[in-house]
Amino acid sequence: MVKYQRQLDRTFAALVDPTRRAILAQLERKEGASVSELAEPFRIKLPAVMKHLDVLADAGLVTRSKAGRTVTVRLRAQPMREAMEWLRRYERFWSSRLDRLGRYAEGKEAAARSEKG
Amino acid sequence: MTSLTLVRRIKARPAIVFDAITTAEGIAQWWGPDEGPVLLAETDVRVGGRYRVRFRKLDGTEHESSGVYLELVRPERVVMSWRWASGGADPGESRVEIALRAIPEGTELTFTHSQLHDEESRRSHEGGWAGALQKLEARFANQT
Repeated sequence: MVKYQRQLDRTFAALVDPTRRAILAQLERKEGASVSELAEPFRIKLPAVMKHLDVLADAGLVTRSKAGRTVTVRLRAQPMREAMEWLRRYERFWSSRLDRLGRYAEGKEAAARSEKG
Repeated sequence: MTSLTLVRRIKARPAIVFDAITTAEGIAQWWGPDEGPVLLAETDVRVGGRYRVRFRKLDGTEHESSGVYLELVRPERVVMSWRWASGGADPGESRVEIALRAIPEGTELTFTHSQLHDEESRRSHEGGWAGALQKLEARFANQT
């Protein structure tokens, strides 16, 4: 559970940065891309892109494989699925509570009205 | 990004909903996520005042959350910080905002839990999402 939490922390921390999200969005559109392809749309230098890729790789969101001088980056979907499942659990948690809050308040309202007669 | 918004229409006037959210008596009736009991509810309803709620779920586990009231406008708005008091690693502080709007049938409640996982998420709302990222965003509305 603690390990799972740490993985989530890393996933969310990786997703916080807009450049990293844009890199992931690029990888979703194509099946694997080289580092220089990924760097192209950004007005930042290659080493900066490499740093972002390190963060994404540490979070398990991408894998890198080297063939000759080309590094190919690919998306890994599992951590993203876990992050979405985590948020969905939170949504269910609050959803059932708000239903209970609503029922309670409606009971109170009905009681207040009947008191007034 | 890491925030979620839920909207409910409730057949009760805003003042009644507001009190259900902020009084210990009200909280005891709904704060637990299932039919398990609320074991403790304390509220100090003023800006800067603390609240603390402990509840037991049907599976027997006990959970406590606490925080500070950041904004209180009766009967329209409650903003509070949120923190789980768990034994493990500190999960950090998030923010709960509840807005109540009077509608003909009673109250429209908009609930937003934000900064769920990272304070920094406030700084990073830009376009360029696709696929799974877009689904994430559609499901959990952006904070402002």
